[in-house]
Amino acid sequence: MITESMYQELILEHYKHPQGRGLREPFDAEVHHVNPTCGDEITMRVKLGDGGKVEDVSYDGQGCSISQAAASVLYELASGSSVEETLGVVDEFTRLLQGRGQVEPDEDVLGDAVAFAGVAKYPARVKCALLAWMAYKDALVRSTA
Amino acid sequence: MTSAAFDVERIRKDFPILSRELPGGRPLVYLDSGNSSQKPAQVIETMREHFAQHYSNVGRAMHALGSESTEAFETARDKLADFIGAPSRDEVVFTKNASEGLNLVAYAFGNPAGEDPRFRMGPGDEIVISEMEHHSNIVPWQLLARRTGATLRWFPVTDEGRLDLSGIGDLVNERTKIVSIAHQSNVLGTVNPVAAVLARAREVGALMMLDASQSVPHHPVDVAALGVDFVAFTGHKMVGPSGIGVLWGRGELLEAMPPFLGGGEMIEAVWMDHSTYAPPPHKFEAGTPPIVEAIGLGAAADYLTSVGLEAVEAHERELTAYALDALREVPTLRVIGPGDTHERGATVSFTLDGIHPHDVGQILDDAFGIAVRVGHHCARPLHLRFGIPATTRASFYLYNTTSEIDALVRGLHHVQKVFS
Repeated sequence: MITESMYQELILEHYKHPQGRGLREPFDAEVHHVNPTCGDEITMRVKLGDGGKVEDVSYDGQGCSISQAAASVLYELASGSSVEETLGVVDEFTRLLQGRGQVEPDEDVLGDAVAFAGVAKYPARVKCALLAWMAYKDALVRSTA
Repeated sequence: MTSAAFDVERIRKDFPILSRELPGGRPLVYLDSGNSSQKPAQVIETMREHFAQHYSNVGRAMHALGSESTEAFETARDKLADFIGAPSRDEVVFTKNASEGLNLVAYAFGNPAGEDPRFRMGPGDEIVISEMEHHSNIVPWQLLARRTGATLRWFPVTDEGRLDLSGIGDLVNERTKIVSIAHQSNVLGTVNPVAAVLARAREVGALMMLDASQSVPHHPVDVAALGVDFVAFTGHKMVGPSGIGVLWGRGELLEAMPPFLGGGEMIEAVWMDHSTYAPPPHKFEAGTPPIVEAIGLGAAADYLTSVGLEAVEAHERELTAYALDALREVPTLRVIGPGDTHERGATVSFTLDGIHPHDVGQILDDAFGIAVRVGHHCARPLHLRFGIPATTRASFYLYNTTSEIDALVRGLHHVQKVFS
């Protein structure tokens, strides 16, 4: 079955048990992103600490399993990491998802996010996976501005 | 006509695409005709034949091909007029789709190029639509309200997915200039009570328009019997091609309306500083029309007439009853729309607890080759009304079978297993 390459166990797990979900205080920036084609949406807050450390990423939203699991995986990768490191992961994740399934992902950089490799073969779903990650990038820009 | 006379297997043979296989050897189960229908060989062949043997521009070329093309194009207009019971062929305006028909009528209001008082619009005037409309029957009226300062109002929708007429006396009043509603909802399947709404519109002197995109393909529709002023529908949902639709309007209203798009073919005479216009329908058909698409739509009308719209309607009612019954067995499935076949078409939208429609649609397609539509189906306000972001929608047509509905139910059980 083709779908099995998209609906990885890890994605389904994150969808059923989202990590770090819920909006928290304090925060430096809050953004709201929507995917107009399918109505998926996410609100994301970022709290930065000393030395470019990401102290907290909190979010709330609604959407398909891909968009919600991507937010959960992002939370795990970003919290406690640094702005610089996470931007590297965001770039690699974006490269993977926009690669039409032709990109060999760097598992060392992506960690669990490599589970989304199968989504890249579904052009209609790429935006679902990227929604939270683009919101995160936007929130970082706003909180360091 | 009884359903015994309706041979769905024979019908299916007319639609070449229904026998193709999808990658991975999946059979195609096409349950997305409310979005766009498939095309029978009769339509495909008519269009191919016209391109291959008769094609030229219409209405202006003074040669053999020009005359053959014009003849075929205008014959298509006759066929569409017959198909919807239009009192005159000149009341059938070819548009590119239903959206264009709706925009065309909206544009006639509050337009300084028009003088008829029925189309005057300004602050204090009201436009009435409903909460169950497709965006095509919402946004043109929002734009009109913005242009003119008029107020946009709407019928609410009941929990069962019916038009709520309880406040009609206040909603449709002497300030109302036009009421525009769906004949059949593209999400709920609800067939709206046109006569009741029209009676009130007439009491207050308002015009009435129907978005018939979801009704004309599936039921016998007679515009004269309906008694409304405008009816818009599209070709691609009625086994015809895309890029062609129809606006039917009462002749004297079309006469009174200003043109919509300006250009070739819609004029009578042009000077550098002003023009006079061709009579309807050509007044509203600026530029080279989608010629072969219109001819294809004529073939589509012929095809549906040969099958019989009563038979199509009866077949779809059987499918709907079967689907509503079968879907009830799927745990947590909630149908958004009427639960029985009374005043209802063959469109069934639903939600499943904890599973987003995009995931439902993806798995149905990838695992079983079942094509449904997922999302808000261009009716976001209706979904907001029901407090849901999206639904999964199965929509049936003359070529669908009960075994395809069985496949859908099996597919939904599988979707639930993946997410359990």
